Amino acid sequence: MASHGIRDKVAIVGMGCTAFGEHWDKSADDLLVEATEQCFASTPSISKDDVDAYWLGTMNSGQSGTVLSKPLGIDYRPVTRVENMCATGSEAFRNACYAVASGAYDVVMAVGVEKLKDTGFSGLVRSNVAGDGTAPEETLTAPAAFSLLDPAYCKKYGVDPQDMRDAMTHVAWKNHVNGAKNERAQFRKPIPKEKIAAGAGKVAGRLGVLDCSGVSDGAACALIVRSEDAHKYTDRPMYVKGLSIVAGPASGPIDPSYDYTTFYEVVASIKDAYAQAGITEPRRQISLAEVHDCFTPTELVLMEDMGFSERGQAWKDELDGVFDLDGELPVNPDGGLKSFGHPVGASGLRMLFECWLQFRGEAGERQLQDPKLGLTHNLGGRPGTCVSFVAVVGAEQG
Amino acid sequence: MSRGIVSYAAYVPRHRLQRAELGAALGSGGGKGSRSVASFDEDATTMGVEAARRTLGDGAPGSLFFATTAPAYLDKTNATAIHAALDLGHEGFALDIAGSARGATGALRAAAQDGGLAVLADVRTGRPGSADESGSGDGAAAFRFGDGDRVLAEVLGEASATAEFLDRWRAPGSHASQQWEERFGLEAYLPLVRDAARRALDAAGIEQPDHVIVSSPHARTQATAAKELAGRTAEEAPAIGYAGAADPGIRLAAVLDRAGSGETILLVVAADGCDATVLHTTDQLPSGRAGIPVAEQAASGRDIAYATFLTWRGLLEREPPRRPEPGRPAGPPSARSEAWKFAFVGSQCDVCGQVHVPPRRVCVNCRAVDAMSRAPLAGKSGQVATYTVDRLAFSPAPPMIDAVVDFEGGGRYTLEVADASPEEIEIGTPVELTFRRLYTSGGVHNYFWKVRPRG
Repeated sequence: MASHGIRDKVAIVGMGCTAFGEHWDKSADDLLVEATEQCFASTPSISKDDVDAYWLGTMNSGQSGTVLSKPLGIDYRPVTRVENMCATGSEAFRNACYAVASGAYDVVMAVGVEKLKDTGFSGLVRSNVAGDGTAPEETLTAPAAFSLLDPAYCKKYGVDPQDMRDAMTHVAWKNHVNGAKNERAQFRKPIPKEKIAAGAGKVAGRLGVLDCSGVSDGAACALIVRSEDAHKYTDRPMYVKGLSIVAGPASGPIDPSYDYTTFYEVVASIKDAYAQAGITEPRRQISLAEVHDCFTPTELVLMEDMGFSERGQAWKDELDGVFDLDGELPVNPDGGLKSFGHPVGASGLRMLFECWLQFRGEAGERQLQDPKLGLTHNLGGRPGTCVSFVAVVGAEQG
Repeated sequence: MSRGIVSYAAYVPRHRLQRAELGAALGSGGGKGSRSVASFDEDATTMGVEAARRTLGDGAPGSLFFATTAPAYLDKTNATAIHAALDLGHEGFALDIAGSARGATGALRAAAQDGGLAVLADVRTGRPGSADESGSGDGAAAFRFGDGDRVLAEVLGEASATAEFLDRWRAPGSHASQQWEERFGLEAYLPLVRDAARRALDAAGIEQPDHVIVSSPHARTQATAAKELAGRTAEEAPAIGYAGAADPGIRLAAVLDRAGSGETILLVVAADGCDATVLHTTDQLPSGRAGIPVAEQAASGRDIAYATFLTWRGLLEREPPRRPEPGRPAGPPSARSEAWKFAFVGSQCDVCGQVHVPPRRVCVNCRAVDAMSRAPLAGKSGQVATYTVDRLAFSPAPPMIDAVVDFEGGGRYTLEVADASPEEIEIGTPVELTFRRLYTSGGVHNYFWKVRPRG
């Protein structure tokens, strides 16, 4: 399989990101206007008229490019709406990057939005395809599907269930500590470990409500140009090093060889993205990682699939503080899905926004020292049946 | 050549409502013992499948007759779902005999005549506090008929009596039946019972049978007639309550579980008339009995609270979860996946042997295309690979348990665990498949399979 990548060929020269939360007073239209206006304000030399094409990511907030062109008043330009489950925002970004790299356009914008809080339901609501009623997704909830990882992981590696539970608690605790330092986060309070542990088991398996990401509304966007043009618009562009999206045969839930302690799709997309970006020692080379912490055991498994931890060791690294804000490799320094909730179309771009702020030295209390490479990741679906997206971005070319 | 029962089985659902619990909840006496209760995911169709699949040996029956007073659908045959769940293909006949408890006789006689399969199943309800509620039970039984030396019990004689009188009735749409004054029914029934029983015994050339079963929705008729007609061996009827159209079947199964070879059985069904059948057991019976005796099923059960019982029967409307309703199963996809959805038939790759559930055209292991054979898995045992307890998902029997199950010989699927509590499940727990109704949406019952811990 050829995957040549577009290392350093395109760069982000402007970004915008709304606060994520329960925006009872804002529609998807309002969020789109807010994020894009913020973005144009951050890049004064680019106006709406200068954008040649748009990619819009949304899972459930509308269909077609008009979801974006209508509220923004876009003047007859290409607008493509994309959807790829929880990787929707990232997929909009990826396609926008390739459009610039191909030479088809000079300036494009990737936008993601999701309005989840208008349904009246808790959690994500999917639009179901007419079926025969036999798919486990018909009844099994998302936290329950991800909670399957916990007993399987403990069993495979002989991890004491209490140690595993402590590691899950640490994931939630860490991401909320980080989110408390972020003015855009939905939840902005540190949560004591005792409180997280006390709720364990109340949702699904050993997951409590604080092991789950929140439900919020939000939008985020990025302006993308060819790297050689980047300095025309900003003195600190963010370069794209690698982009990968992977979908597999979804065999996990039907193949006994799958053991629910890894995501094959993540492993494949990581390998592809690292090859494109020239990463050989991820734990040392990557300065920060924004990963898909939809549920706490997910983050633990991701640490191993991404090569940050040895197999069977992520729980220990997590407890040792390796992934804390002041640890060896900060994971979800902005607070993650835990603190932001997960407005599906917006999340991938929100992750890139944290890299953008960190590289520019604008991350405030969360600022890391001289970050060079950032990784963002989304997982769309369930263990064994998902798509995985990985981006590697850098502060410098080369 | 003699015609008779060649295999039989009963199914008693796992749950019990103690009459003391019922009495305590309603502030009335309550009484002793318990009734059997179909779980929230069971109905006459699913229980019929559970009983019928235990009777299937070699060869598919050419016809299936399904008797119940509680059909899951009207204006649609329910026997077709049973036929599909038994993986009987598209050849043959499947018919509902629905409405009154007398349908039991209809199904048994039709199956006997045809060498087919009789499936009797019922879910019995009544108004809170009624004798129907406390004195009834839910369950199913199935009888496969055939000829020759496989016969366990042959039919020696039968007779019927019919009369029109208003003893018990229910208007369509109502969840409870009404009954006229008890003595009126008793006096209407008894002459019919005596007449039919006498003629059947005469036809069989028997004075006194070894075993007698009298099954009637009229409780006093049942008790009085049983006393009058008493057999040599007292019946040890399972204490699960009167099970409607399934009642004569479950009790006949219980007698067949215990009877010796060369014994006679008088089966009396007194419902809107009376049907009497005389059976004679053969030498084959001791080796051909049901795998799980009725008494064993009746003795093992777990109690539920009265509020749970009312919820399961739709008599207590509970707060739904703040989640969208599951979509109704669509007609065309359900028809396309008939063998999968109803009979749990997967596909096995002819090239590498990988087993797929649901069946697929492209092998997940070797990627071969359209090189698949049928892989029926409904009878296979499985093991829990991992599991979870889903407290967010709506369930009338919370919490919902889901397990990733690996099947003996290959195949994996994620299935809900039925009739179990979380402490009964761990990685490695052996499980078996059971046919259930997952939910009903838009008036469509979503039939599919779950697993339960293996006894």
